[in-house]
Amino acid sequence: MEVSVGEIFRISGPLVVAEGLKARMYDLCKVGEERLMGEVVGLAGDKVLIQVYEDTSGVKPGEKVVNTGMPLSVDLGPGLIGNIYDGVQRPLPVLKEVSGDFISRGIEAPGIDKKKKWEFQPLIKKGDEVKAGQIIGKVQETEVVEHRILVPPNVKGGRVKEVYSGSFTVDETIAILEDGTELKMAHKWPVRIPRPYLEKLPPIVPLLTGQRILDTFFPIAKGGTAAIPGPFGSGKTVTQHQLAKWSDAKIVVYIGCGERGNEMTEVLEEFPELIDPRTGKPLMLRTVLVANTSNMPVAAREASVYTGITIAEYFRDMGYDVALQADSTSRWAEAMRELSGRLEEMPGEEGYPAYLASRLAEFYERAGRVKTLGGEIGSVSVVGAVSPPGGDFSEPVTQNTLRIVKAFWGLDAKLAGRRHFPAINWLISYSLYTATLGEWYEKNVAPDWNELRTWAMSVLQEEATLQEIVMLVGSDALPESQRVLLLVARIIREFYLSQYAYHEIDSYCDIKKQYDMLKAIRTLNDWFYKALESGKTYDEIEKVEGFDEFMRSKLEPDYKTAMTKAMEKIKASLGV
Amino acid sequence: MEEYKTITQVAGPLVFVEKTKPVAYGELVQVTLPDGSVRKGQVLDTSKNIVVVQMFEGTRGIDKSCSVRFTGDIVKLNCSKDLLGRILSGSGEPIDGGPAIIPEERIPIVGAAINPYARKYPREFIQTGISAIDGMNTLVRGQKLPIFSGSGLPHNDIALQIARQAKVRGQAEEFAVVFAAMGITYEEAYQFMKEFERTGALERAAVFLNLAKDPAIERLITPRMALTAAEYLAYTYDYHVLVILTDMTNYCEALREISAAREEVPGRRGYPGYMYTDLATIYERAGRIRGRKGTITQFPILTMPADDITHPIPDLTGYITEGQIVLSRELHAKGIYPPINVLPSLSRLMKEGIGAGMTRDDHKQWNDQMYAAYAEGVDLRGLVAIVGEEALSERDRLFLKFADEFERRFVNQGKYEDRDIEVTLDLGWELLSMLPERELTKIEKKYIEKYHPAYKKKVASS
Repeated sequence: MEVSVGEIFRISGPLVVAEGLKARMYDLCKVGEERLMGEVVGLAGDKVLIQVYEDTSGVKPGEKVVNTGMPLSVDLGPGLIGNIYDGVQRPLPVLKEVSGDFISRGIEAPGIDKKKKWEFQPLIKKGDEVKAGQIIGKVQETEVVEHRILVPPNVKGGRVKEVYSGSFTVDETIAILEDGTELKMAHKWPVRIPRPYLEKLPPIVPLLTGQRILDTFFPIAKGGTAAIPGPFGSGKTVTQHQLAKWSDAKIVVYIGCGERGNEMTEVLEEFPELIDPRTGKPLMLRTVLVANTSNMPVAAREASVYTGITIAEYFRDMGYDVALQADSTSRWAEAMRELSGRLEEMPGEEGYPAYLASRLAEFYERAGRVKTLGGEIGSVSVVGAVSPPGGDFSEPVTQNTLRIVKAFWGLDAKLAGRRHFPAINWLISYSLYTATLGEWYEKNVAPDWNELRTWAMSVLQEEATLQEIVMLVGSDALPESQRVLLLVARIIREFYLSQYAYHEIDSYCDIKKQYDMLKAIRTLNDWFYKALESGKTYDEIEKVEGFDEFMRSKLEPDYKTAMTKAMEKIKASLGV
Repeated sequence: MEEYKTITQVAGPLVFVEKTKPVAYGELVQVTLPDGSVRKGQVLDTSKNIVVVQMFEGTRGIDKSCSVRFTGDIVKLNCSKDLLGRILSGSGEPIDGGPAIIPEERIPIVGAAINPYARKYPREFIQTGISAIDGMNTLVRGQKLPIFSGSGLPHNDIALQIARQAKVRGQAEEFAVVFAAMGITYEEAYQFMKEFERTGALERAAVFLNLAKDPAIERLITPRMALTAAEYLAYTYDYHVLVILTDMTNYCEALREISAAREEVPGRRGYPGYMYTDLATIYERAGRIRGRKGTITQFPILTMPADDITHPIPDLTGYITEGQIVLSRELHAKGIYPPINVLPSLSRLMKEGIGAGMTRDDHKQWNDQMYAAYAEGVDLRGLVAIVGEEALSERDRLFLKFADEFERRFVNQGKYEDRDIEVTLDLGWELLSMLPERELTKIEKKYIEKYHPAYKKKVASS
């Protein structure tokens, strides 16, 4: 479609109405003399409704609007890793260079550096047949990420006429097909269109996070979806950061959608320092950040989740496992609500647009473990934080999210108030992946994994029931055996579930250590009951020697020795 | 500049003007009343047919014959170092009888967003001298930490105490204070002003007053005026600025009023759906910037309607700010000042601002333990109410006692009592020593040996 020019009729905040403009839905426009970026969101008679990604103060009716005829797209190619973008993929470091410490308007900046040269190594040769989505070469983008160069999914493919190797910028031709198509290292992809793949595969491999409560009780599969709803201060962001740090994914895409500026700064300052336990290299070398903080334009916030997931899909297409964190999807939904209000659409529940549910579903559906067009296996796992008003999970965003996602990690203000972190309430949370992942755990961790897990959960459930009785009659009134159960439940809560995100040892707990810890608790449990049978009283068991050493042993660099030592003490003291 | 006499409609604080030349979104407007007085407003919606103007000082007295002038400018504040020591109205005009502010620069009050890439993470511990804050919910320079209060609670005293005592240890420079009042009573404002004058703090304070009698709509620009002043002082003159915004609840009411007047689709409880974004453009103007010396630390105060923390105003605020200090009516009734309920209170940035070299090496684990012990004690109170204290085990009784002592001795302190962080931490250790040592599971042995009173005594006697 040719470039069309019209003029502004009306401006109301981020919504601009243009007239005399030829446009299709979701075309990208440049609005006003300052060429502010905007997207067509509605057509009404001869008027075109445009949501503008930047502040519109000072823009007047009558100014020019140019339709580029292209949908909102992102630049995909080497140079993505380690970058931090706003909601429409403008690199924030470039914006800082151009406009200083505060973000000004009308700046155009490509998503990836167009001048930088990359060492391209072809994996195809002249005469080969290539198809859409196929890997044709590679670039060592960072020490840990080999950036695989793809035939864009929208290119038909064909026989290779020429292929070059050496140092190129992303826009230089690296191969030519016989039909004359020139292939480059970078291509564009419209953010609102999911990238195609051959087929979806079942989720049978867990995304290990190093967080005990998640990996053990509520796991997420590679290619799975999970939601973390919770009131403010319950630890959504800390949990998201923990996932971004420790997930065993090749690439992490972190979307800060309408959240605090300092939180993004924290990631920017911390990730280059933190070492990935699997590669031994800084975490930043595998991370892409999208940051559209709460005070940045609301329309760009709406676009930011699409920008993020398109980048995630791109790395998936290289055959990588990608973990995507969206913090917070509620802010995204609110951006939709705000724009919908400006468009004077009929509101649904709590003022949210009626299409809230379908937009959420579409977004989470872009997750998955797939066979790519090029025949690789890759995955995008999506974890969305939800910020329900007043911590009330019955509100529309939480409810519509829960209908889609397969794992639910419900945060609890009460747990947070007593500084039990992660404050994930084990009684309300669930994961539908436990069934499909059980086999993996049995094969790769231990044959009795599932049994231990079920046992520990049943102790916690039993504790909840007993607590109700305790609230009525006091714990002294319970029989000794039930008091032991409460003690074991306390160990599970304080020793196992509680995990210090900011402790250098405890922050990450690999699956082997999780098993060792769980197994140790089970052993203690058996000893306690044995001691009870052999005539010890509950008070003696509770005051057993070595107990506090045991509880602290998880924080030791050599946890196993510390734990074994403490257990020997306990065993001797109990006389079992 | 052209004048129009084409007002077609006036609705609440909004004026609709027809048949204008193109008018910019956000443009500053002057409306001249028949009596010659001039009111200011801002363009809220503009099109080729009609322009909607939001009047800052209300629409009383405006009729269709008033003339409307579009200034071609957006709302700006006259910025100067001389703002310090001055008292201004809610829309930035001097009301202390002093001379007009001679601007060094005129800056739009709608601040641009700080590029997250340009920010520097806040890490410098601010000692407020209040144990419940310094020990339990530590404040750092560049943070935004609101006080969630209720009507009749002493939030103003706390804000004043913080403004008076706040310091970064080892640094001589004092904070400059920017104070913005939105819809508070004359009496409250008087209390602040008197205290500022008494302590000499007014010299390093810029005060913006929109009182309860002033137009509600002006409240929408008052905090932005104040923050523009704060940014100017911080980023041009390297001041460390403490911004006190009170009362944000009145601000939000004004926002709801304008939204209703525009007939917008309401969100929760009639507040507009964009209230989160709007509040964010205020609260996010706190922080530090790489390569700049000045910082902005925000203390917004809000009263929770009916003490309800899930009400949209505290709720949305809590989602934006870096924690919250929650006041409790129950503690206030017990005669405890400051009545800070530490359980729902939180400082998100404290973890980077405490520990060796900043506060003390034991602070983190000490904090975890204090929280856990107090939470357990508070839980047990519920149990006592049902089964009586006799039914409790010996262990439980100790925790119960801990919670009482925690409130009575640790939280409670004088309005003019300025506790050093060491005093706060040692006081905490004293309380923790009431519990058996085996219960201190959150603290490593090395800290127990270093700071637990039982060990200190041993060291002293040997």
